[in-house]
Amino acid sequence: MFEPDPIPGKRLLRIRLNGRWREDAVADDQLLVDYLRETAGLTGTKTGCDGGECGACTVLVDDDPVPSCLTLAVRCEGRSVETIEGLGAGGRLHRLQRAFHEKLGAQCGFCTPGMIMAAEGLLRRCPDPSEAQIRAALAGNLCRCTGYVKIVESVRAAVQAGT
Amino acid sequence: MTQLAGARAGVPLIDGIDKVTGRARYTADLDHRGALVGRILRSPCSHAQILRLDVERARRLPGVVAILTGEDCRVPYGVLPIAMNEYPLARGKVRYRGEPVAAVAAIDAETAALALSLIELEVHELPAYYEADQARAADAVRIHDDKPGNLEREVHHSFGDVAAGFATADLVRETVIDCAEVNHAQIEPHAALAEFDPSTGRLTMQSVSQVTFYLHMMLARCLEMDESRIRVIKPFVGGGFGARVEVLNFELVTAMLARTAGGKVAMELTREETFITHRARPQTRIRMKLGLGRDGRLRACECEVVQRGGAYAGYGVITILYAGSLLHGLYDLPAVRYDGYRVYANLPPCGAMRGHGSVDTRHAFELLLDRMARELGLDPFEVRRRNLLHAPTRTLNELAINSYGLAECLDRVEAASGWRTRRGRLPRGKGLGMACSHYVSGAAKPIHWTGEPHAVVNVKVDWDGSVTAFTGAADIGQGSSTMVAIAVAETLGLPIEQVRVIAADSATTPKDNGAYSSRITFMVGNAAIDAARRLRTLLTEAAARRLERDPADIDCTDGRFRSLSAADQGISFTDAVKAALVDQGTLTVKGTFTCPPEAQGGKHRGGAVGSTMGFSYAAQVVEVSVDEDTGRVSVDRVWVALDCGFAINPLAVRGQIEGAVWMGMGQALMEETRYLNGMPAHASLLEYRMPTSLDSPPIDAMIVESIDPNGPFGAKEASEGALASFAPALAAAIADAIGVDLDVLPATPDRVLDAVIARRRRERLDALAGGRR
Repeated sequence: MFEPDPIPGKRLLRIRLNGRWREDAVADDQLLVDYLRETAGLTGTKTGCDGGECGACTVLVDDDPVPSCLTLAVRCEGRSVETIEGLGAGGRLHRLQRAFHEKLGAQCGFCTPGMIMAAEGLLRRCPDPSEAQIRAALAGNLCRCTGYVKIVESVRAAVQAGT
Repeated sequence: MTQLAGARAGVPLIDGIDKVTGRARYTADLDHRGALVGRILRSPCSHAQILRLDVERARRLPGVVAILTGEDCRVPYGVLPIAMNEYPLARGKVRYRGEPVAAVAAIDAETAALALSLIELEVHELPAYYEADQARAADAVRIHDDKPGNLEREVHHSFGDVAAGFATADLVRETVIDCAEVNHAQIEPHAALAEFDPSTGRLTMQSVSQVTFYLHMMLARCLEMDESRIRVIKPFVGGGFGARVEVLNFELVTAMLARTAGGKVAMELTREETFITHRARPQTRIRMKLGLGRDGRLRACECEVVQRGGAYAGYGVITILYAGSLLHGLYDLPAVRYDGYRVYANLPPCGAMRGHGSVDTRHAFELLLDRMARELGLDPFEVRRRNLLHAPTRTLNELAINSYGLAECLDRVEAASGWRTRRGRLPRGKGLGMACSHYVSGAAKPIHWTGEPHAVVNVKVDWDGSVTAFTGAADIGQGSSTMVAIAVAETLGLPIEQVRVIAADSATTPKDNGAYSSRITFMVGNAAIDAARRLRTLLTEAAARRLERDPADIDCTDGRFRSLSAADQGISFTDAVKAALVDQGTLTVKGTFTCPPEAQGGKHRGGAVGSTMGFSYAAQVVEVSVDEDTGRVSVDRVWVALDCGFAINPLAVRGQIEGAVWMGMGQALMEETRYLNGMPAHASLLEYRMPTSLDSPPIDAMIVESIDPNGPFGAKEASEGALASFAPALAAAIADAIGVDLDVLPATPDRVLDAVIARRRRERLDALAGGRR
């Protein structure tokens, strides 16, 4: 049986992306953010800086918020990756999405996907966080519009809304 | 009244769901299929003549489709018609490190990067100037041949009898304040996507712009194209704050590459390049002199401002004029002298940033007023109250004041902060400070005078009862499209959900001057109301015909047209639309707004700058903790009140106030752009430190509604006015906390510590001197 030679520097990546398993050939040095945006077409995850400065690219890898611009796609082999597109189900807004919308946690919206994913990571490990815990969990996500006032309010509103 | 009646919390942004779901497409998220990758080669030196720029090796690299240099850029650009002295790619000379000198479009990023490395640049270096006083030195080489002394513009304005004012003052004090250069640092890096179709000669441009019409105009100019062949579309924009209120070099370069390549070119700048593109608030030195009576009345103000403007003109002339003209309009000032100097330097060009021109001079003014009030034993609130204006009035420099809610702003923050019971009674290391500020609701005179209205909005209604507003106004996150939807819905008596807004696409929307000088709510809001009123008249007439009643008897509320005299007589909005469409078909009405000539400032040179239909007013109290051993200042809480005339969307107004205060805090506490021999030492979001969620305090934002006589529903601007009072309130709070007066911004730990050490030394010397007596 004919089996093609593997392309040097590339390998098959198998990940669970927003709940669905998929397989893609990716370069060893491809960043997760580029895989998400270019290969998977999920442009909700943003690039706001030259690497690890702003948090706009935050996604969940096995429930942990990570900067996808500092993560190699191949390191996610066999793992679960969740992006902003995976949060709402069946056209319904996730509680954080609803709260950020209604409380104006998003102004220009560019930091919002990363901010919501960082907040979701917090709520999964700490369902009822204090304001200090919310502020600490979001300290790696920069926002230039809101002064964080309505972002913190949004996270608290989401907590109150329950799951 | 629907949205605007009763206790109003405000409405979420009409495009908010797109943002929270990740569906919103920003420029870098657009369809890049088939796009070439654009990259820019930047100057490695600060000031040099270009001797040789050889692109032939790069051109021969397989995969390179287009390559451009300054030779291909024949037409200069710039936001001000009087100061277009910049080319998309440098011609003959480079004037700052990082200036674009060549650009390539290639099949992928690797090829583009390799091509840049093959370009050979040979230069003759010239002396470079990184400080305003070096650039102004008598023997300095000219950065621009037509600007001796490297002076871009000097301004000398004098109103009232300044000498007499100082002569009658009981206390005259003068101080020199230095404010660091800062940057907008919007979270979305710069990007553009241009597509040129050689078969039709049409160009489609999508970019991060706040000023799509300027971009359209400048593309036509620099590409020497017919305006009608260009379409500019604004996708979602990830913040601006002034970074994108002038056309930027990379936008022109992307379009030129697309035309040369005969296809689609995607340009995404790095964060470092985004910083280098700059156009933000300049490093500023202010010499401020005030005369104050024992009664707390201001007698005279003398102010000299030197701005280090960077290598090109940009908005520079406007910035140096704003710095002087907005000394006026906040308080009743009997005499003001202003001398402003905008200086070229071999650094990235400065431009407009939130609070354009007014922020640093306001800081110096408020801070000195606070110190002088202290010296005279006057309460900081009291001294402001003794100098209030009374609307309607005109300032010495002919700015019209039509509404003025500063007195109520003062009352609100004084009460909310517990000022009277807490000020002076906090433990050492904790302090309270206050200050005031204001800003324009749109520059009353457009930069490009064409005789057209200052804002145009179209509203279309069709057979399905849908209402669509078309506006050229650029929503960059501030919520302007939502404001338009509210204005139209309110005027038509509809719920906001029934109004759709199409914004900022030159193929479909009317021209708009853009998102700058906080003009959209006032101007576009008024135009939207005008359009909706015209539509309401048409629909009322149609409903009256259908109901066989007089139009004067018809009222439209809650989605129905009803007879006022016979309550049971009425038809739905959709039926009224259908009635109106008979013999007419789809209806499109146009609304406009224009600032009248009497609102456009004085006749003196530069007198239009600062003129506006309405000023917003703000007062704020800042509470700080200062660690005298480390110099670290933390802001514990802020109380701020803003007179925005009327809050069309209170939720968005609060968001804008909080954002403005917070941005003022960043500048006051930590933000600065430094250069090492012209190389930016701050060009990342780690080195350009801005407050994180952990550094940011609770902000109590209060809305004061003075109901402006000309504003839409009485509204004025809400996004900029509260910024400038943060820094002086912080300085006053630091003085209250530890007895140290800071003459510099930002109040970083090293600067605070230097001031603490200087104070201790002074105290020891005073003690020694006392001992000898």
